[in-house]
Amino acid sequence: MTRHLLSIDDLSLDDLDELFRLTDGFVEVGRRRIPKVPALKGRTVVSLFYEDSTRTRLSFETAAKRLTADTMTFSVSTSSVKKGESVRDTVETIEAMGIDAIVVRHASAGVPWQVAQWSSASVINGGDGWHGHPTQALLDSYTIRTHLGSLEGHHIAIVGDIKHSRVARSDVAAFTKLGARVTLVAPGTLLPPSLEGWPVEVSHDLDAVLDEVDVVYLLRMQQERMTEALVPSLEEYTVGYGLTRDRAARLGDHVLIMHPGPMNRGVEIAAEVTDLPNAVILEQVANGVPVRMAVLFWLLGVGPPAVDPEGGE
Amino acid sequence: MARLVIRGGQVVDASGTRRADVAIDDGLVVEVGPSLDTDGATVLDAEDCVVTPGFVDLHTHLREPGREEAETVVTGARAAARGGYTAVVAMPNTEPTIDSVAVVSFVLAAGRGACCDVHTAAAITVGRAGEQLTPMAELAALGVRIFTDDGCGVQHDGLMRRAMEYSAPLGVILAQHCEVEQLSHGGHMHEGEWSSRLGIPGIPAEAEELMIARDVALARLTGARSHVMHLSTAGAVELVRAAKADGLPVTAEVTPHHLLLTHAEVAAFDPVFKVNPPLRTAEDVAALRAGLIDGTIDAIATDHAPHAQELKELPFDEAPCGMLGLETAFGVAVTALVVEEGQPLELVLGALSWRPAAIAGLEATHGGPVEVGRAANLTVIDPSATWMVDATDAASKSRNTPFAGRTLTGRVRHTILAGEPVVIDGRTQR
Amino acid sequence: MAHEIIERNQGVDDLALIGLQTGGVPLADQFADALTQIDGSDLPVGSLDVAFYRDDIGLRPVLPEAVTDIPFDLTGRTVVLVDDVLFTGRTIRAALDALTDYGRPRAVQLAVMVDRGHRELPIRPDYVGKNLPTRRDEVVNVGPDGVDLGETVK
Repeated sequence: MTRHLLSIDDLSLDDLDELFRLTDGFVEVGRRRIPKVPALKGRTVVSLFYEDSTRTRLSFETAAKRLTADTMTFSVSTSSVKKGESVRDTVETIEAMGIDAIVVRHASAGVPWQVAQWSSASVINGGDGWHGHPTQALLDSYTIRTHLGSLEGHHIAIVGDIKHSRVARSDVAAFTKLGARVTLVAPGTLLPPSLEGWPVEVSHDLDAVLDEVDVVYLLRMQQERMTEALVPSLEEYTVGYGLTRDRAARLGDHVLIMHPGPMNRGVEIAAEVTDLPNAVILEQVANGVPVRMAVLFWLLGVGPPAVDPEGGE
Repeated sequence: MARLVIRGGQVVDASGTRRADVAIDDGLVVEVGPSLDTDGATVLDAEDCVVTPGFVDLHTHLREPGREEAETVVTGARAAARGGYTAVVAMPNTEPTIDSVAVVSFVLAAGRGACCDVHTAAAITVGRAGEQLTPMAELAALGVRIFTDDGCGVQHDGLMRRAMEYSAPLGVILAQHCEVEQLSHGGHMHEGEWSSRLGIPGIPAEAEELMIARDVALARLTGARSHVMHLSTAGAVELVRAAKADGLPVTAEVTPHHLLLTHAEVAAFDPVFKVNPPLRTAEDVAALRAGLIDGTIDAIATDHAPHAQELKELPFDEAPCGMLGLETAFGVAVTALVVEEGQPLELVLGALSWRPAAIAGLEATHGGPVEVGRAANLTVIDPSATWMVDATDAASKSRNTPFAGRTLTGRVRHTILAGEPVVIDGRTQR
Repeated sequence: MAHEIIERNQGVDDLALIGLQTGGVPLADQFADALTQIDGSDLPVGSLDVAFYRDDIGLRPVLPEAVTDIPFDLTGRTVVLVDDVLFTGRTIRAALDALTDYGRPRAVQLAVMVDRGHRELPIRPDYVGKNLPTRRDEVVNVGPDGVDLGETVK
């Protein structure tokens, strides 16, 4: 049975533990002279990116290559994703070439689930609309783990545009599953209409929350939200919810400052703050590759490859 | 055509229930009684089945003119017949809109000789653009009884008032797709627990309820006869209940899918479950069932909305709204109301047949009691048959049924249109 | 066995031990102690997990038992791979592949506690504690108290 990584909800604690152990192994691989292992030789990993995202795509492709897998890129930024061709047609065309995994990123929620219906390859959700971004949540959790040991019992604040954030949704799922206490901090217009069933607390007072947390996770505040009358102005947003230099100064040295990138310096995070020793944003990016290697190995390490390299073992 | 005898069934209609065979000749019911003579007649077996007036759908999308790849008048009528319907009212959101004599005539002509009686609604505003009223009197003279901009609601309060004032003396009904666009804009599913979890923009219940409240107030002001289409929220049921208690001439319909499915179905992101108004909460489903049971909601109307397969495979937020409904309506209604709510079959039959027939003004020929001299528009149903819905086994041209793979109770066996058996043992005859 | 290693290599210069996870790691440490006792000088010791080099990926999931740790430069050294049981030889082949990603050893030798036969590849140990013929379906466990033979759990 084909395995997928579509949502953090599909992963048990044991699964998460395995993925983190694998990540440890791949971090070590990354430090070697030749940061490459033959584990996925003969496998093909395809990036199907309908949203322009060079960073995430390169992170996945690097991960695949370091496992000696072959990669294929279908990206709207390289125009290889044709306008007018349905996702299903594109998937079936790719499938006909013999592939093992597809990493899907799309502006519409749910597309990775649809792709999983049309393809027998393993599907990885690289970000679907506002819904989920499980590998981001994995690398965020892994980064926190390397500093705090475990997430159990720690208090994490996620600050910003929760309503439109796939990172927030996946992080809430991952952090709470790992035993952390999560507080969402946002103005009323940037929270989802219903928080029923969300294992979180909510606050509109960032200053009060900052005194109590071990991790501050900032979300990108997009320019477009202003035009939708969701916040009166970016300045007002920063005054209420931005991690300004003063707010950062009040944080303890042990408090991690995180961001999924790309940052709007001066809006949700002051430029100087990104250089603080407890700002681990670049570490998050660095952890992205071994985490994605772990995911690919975990998914494709079971079952025969799509294209048999030598006609049998 | 030879004499037709429907043998061995229970006859159920608005006047009651009795064991009887029904003999039909020349398009009319000629005899109703036990053990009728079958010599020289075609016999339709109705053993363990119920013989009832054919169903009438107040709300169906036949897609012709303009979207014939999804459905045509002929294929839609066939699907209707298979679902036990002997009459349907087609919705006017076609291309071009059914808003003129020419297009009304076209649809009626296309329906002549089809497997069920095809009637058509017409738009309230030209092109459904919400700006200029259609020639309602002229269209009413062609037989149009229901006017609606279905697909959207009339947004402009002032214009809706004028439409009501103008239509009131014409003996027609203004039916509303209640949706305030300023609130629903950008939404693709019910705004609530599931939309928040899935990160999909939602349509709040208030988008429907506000327009119902407005229409009730305007109906009170103008005395117009108004009909609320596809009710979907508990609040909406309350508003109609209060309006009726006040004696206002308001009627309402509900779809089969809103009686059975909730927004939890969207969790798998299959656009088959995308519909407008959206699937809502379990509390809404309970309130809609209660509304039908206590008479607040008059009829079940399918809102049968066929779409080509590739459109329903688009990403969820890009896919068009709509579900098939004609061929599963009876099964869904029996499952929801008889099996799950313990209601009598008569409630379902009334909601599918004689009550919508009255709203559509078709009571002379459809929905009436099974008695000698009446037009033979009947359906024979097996209320306890269980069956699994097979999406590939459909008379409709499209396949977007939300009930694929689901087991339903209650199945249509035969359908007789003007004395002709157009469906026998579930198979259409032409 | 430690004596054999010293004899064959004429001393411990340029020698390094690498234990294969998991059974070979404690053994490598023991060897290192023994060799140091005999010879006096310190020997670099590392541990290697070959999970990412196995060629049976696709038959069952294999997670690394622990992170590989080779805190010295292999190039020019004689590396003695240490494992508890030698069976088909595939783990050793994987280990040889892994080693080349760390550098270019002058030579690689293999020390195993138990050789149970059934080789599938042309791999042979340089130092063997005990030859123990087994059936394919038996399981061999090497512990601090000795060697255990059991049936595979179906």
